[in-house]
Amino acid sequence: MSDNRAPAPTPLRHYVSDAPFDPAETEEISAEQERLSTSSGWRLMWLKLKRHRLAVYSGYVLIVLYGSILISEFLAPYSLTHRHTDFIYAPPQGIHLFHDGKLSAPFTYGLNYRLNMENLRREYTVDESRRYPVRYLCRGDSYDFWGLFESDLHLFCPGEGGTLFLFGTDRLGRDLFSRIIYGARISLTVGLFGIIFSMVLGIIFGGLAGYYGGIVDSVVQRLIEIIRSFPELPLWMALSAALPVTWSPILIYFGITLILGLIDWTGLARAVRSKFLALREEDFTAAAELMGAKPSRIIGRHLVPNFTSHLIASATLSIPSMILGETALSFLGLGLRPPVTSWGVLLSEAQSINAVALYPWLMIPGLAVVVVVLTFNFLGDGLRDAADPYH
Amino acid sequence: MFYFLVRRLAVMVPTLFVISALIFIIIQLPPGDYLSTLVSELEAQGENVDQEKLDFLRQQYGLDRPVLDQYALWLKGMLQGDFGYSFEHNQPVVQVVGDQVLLSVIIAFATILFTWVVAFPIGVYSATHQYSAADHTLTFIGFLGLATPNFLLALILMYLANVYFGTSIGGLMDPKYLDQPWTWGKLVSILEHLWVPVIVIGTSGTATLIRRLRANLLDELQKPYVVTARAKGLSETRLLLKYPMRVALNPFIADIGNLLPALLSSAAIVSVVLSLPTTGPLLLKALQSQDMYLAGFLLMVLSLLTVIGMFLSDIALAALDPRIRLTGGRLR
Repeated sequence: MSDNRAPAPTPLRHYVSDAPFDPAETEEISAEQERLSTSSGWRLMWLKLKRHRLAVYSGYVLIVLYGSILISEFLAPYSLTHRHTDFIYAPPQGIHLFHDGKLSAPFTYGLNYRLNMENLRREYTVDESRRYPVRYLCRGDSYDFWGLFESDLHLFCPGEGGTLFLFGTDRLGRDLFSRIIYGARISLTVGLFGIIFSMVLGIIFGGLAGYYGGIVDSVVQRLIEIIRSFPELPLWMALSAALPVTWSPILIYFGITLILGLIDWTGLARAVRSKFLALREEDFTAAAELMGAKPSRIIGRHLVPNFTSHLIASATLSIPSMILGETALSFLGLGLRPPVTSWGVLLSEAQSINAVALYPWLMIPGLAVVVVVLTFNFLGDGLRDAADPYH
Repeated sequence: MFYFLVRRLAVMVPTLFVISALIFIIIQLPPGDYLSTLVSELEAQGENVDQEKLDFLRQQYGLDRPVLDQYALWLKGMLQGDFGYSFEHNQPVVQVVGDQVLLSVIIAFATILFTWVVAFPIGVYSATHQYSAADHTLTFIGFLGLATPNFLLALILMYLANVYFGTSIGGLMDPKYLDQPWTWGKLVSILEHLWVPVIVIGTSGTATLIRRLRANLLDELQKPYVVTARAKGLSETRLLLKYPMRVALNPFIADIGNLLPALLSSAAIVSVVLSLPTTGPLLLKALQSQDMYLAGFLLMVLSLLTVIGMFLSDIALAALDPRIRLTGGRLR
């Protein structure tokens, strides 16, 4: 309501345009709006997700982590089983950049080991006189890369004659950092395979309940309620205790993912069912029906695409519980067992209070679990918000 | 209400029945039974086996009969109060378990109380101060609580409690009170030891509850009636307490149903780490040694606890929230 408006234009004479009237012209749509209104649901979801910065960063972190499991051998400075018998329970070694106040290439100091005869503790002291510059793209422990070729190339290794224990070593003198990198392979995929299995079950049961309704619905609902009334972990414990000890580690691994999925599907089934029920009543479904679409087409073309985004969001949110579940099971000794190395298996070394007091770095794998679970939660939250068109 | 109660109780019976069947299948899954494992082990060590006793046990629990018969026997026994025989401990299951179920219940109850007491103010604060620095911090801590494996938290807290408060490591009471009758001193000692497991077990539940309360309250606060009340000049505190809070509180009660299984779950592993004399470590040992009746009984008790907890929370919810349909339809 300001006074300095543009000067009023001279009044027009009565004028009628000969051009045909196009109502669309009056509602001017900018090019961007145009694109938005015609873009697919997936694109809309992506646009919305992009604004959720924490979720996007979490997504990047996860991509990096999952990418790392493809080249674990290359990333880890040592191999999974390399034992440094001279460095048992060595504390984490820092990578230094300054020596005597001068900047230098990253290096590690030497470690001196002494057994304290009074309390029989291993004591390590940093020897600043010895310096080992970190090497890059260097030759180290040899490995078999995915069964494709032999190599011994590593991204970085300790300097000649030195050591590089970023996260310290365990009771056999194995480098914890390398073991965490290798452990990611198991810990990160357990959740993925578990969720795939649980999604299949969830879609089948939830779909059946939602599509047929009535008695099928009630039965599935009861089943879900019953499974939900079990405390999860004791049930996991019981089931994994039932896995035969004679199975090979890889079979046990799949057995565990199966067990994780077997109990987890209820949440997804509920989500699928409620989506099915809700979408069945939508106008576009009725329209499709009136146009004579068959049920298979309605489900496949109209219903499923509408809740896939939701499904992915809920799946993302339930991966963490699986990762935590595997960690807990392995920690208790019921899940994966060495030589398979997962973060839970690594943590089972930190089971005693002694470990916490004397070798706190053994708990670092727990930190890895926390980071992964957090990022999955953030990403899942973002996805869920993005998948919901009404908020 | 009466009809609702009866119907809800009637649903519990088949539920428990199915649960018992599932549990029986699970404890039957490992190949062989405890007795055959035991016999082969003893024979391998060259010790002689009390054949008579074995035969008696085998017959008593029908281990030589088909699985279905065994299940029927087990179920029948449970209904009559005979929960089976712990082969490992050489005692009836009930005697092995003893106080431990009670202690589990105490821990679960204390944890729920803890969860409520902590989640309530934090949730309300987070919702009324949405996007403030404190809200972000609390939300982040909540996420952290969800993400930390609770056995790790248990280890760290136990260590800290020992260093700073001198609480004895592990256990639920000072060693001197073990196997003693209940006295005041024992109770105090239990309370002293209780806080670590309660905090550890309660963390993830608290975090979930905070997030739910916050979301619910935020939804409520945007409703027109809140605007109306504010326009009429109601003070903010009164406004908050009068309606939105009451609606947002529903999950506190409704969530017991979801909370309890999760709680007993995490209690199981935390108890193993803290070596609490509860059902968790016992279950782990029973599972490892294929002590099937003990494992079955413990699983059954845990499920029974959750089913009862859900029942109670449904009743409380129905009593508190008039929107819950008492007749027909199911509860959500």
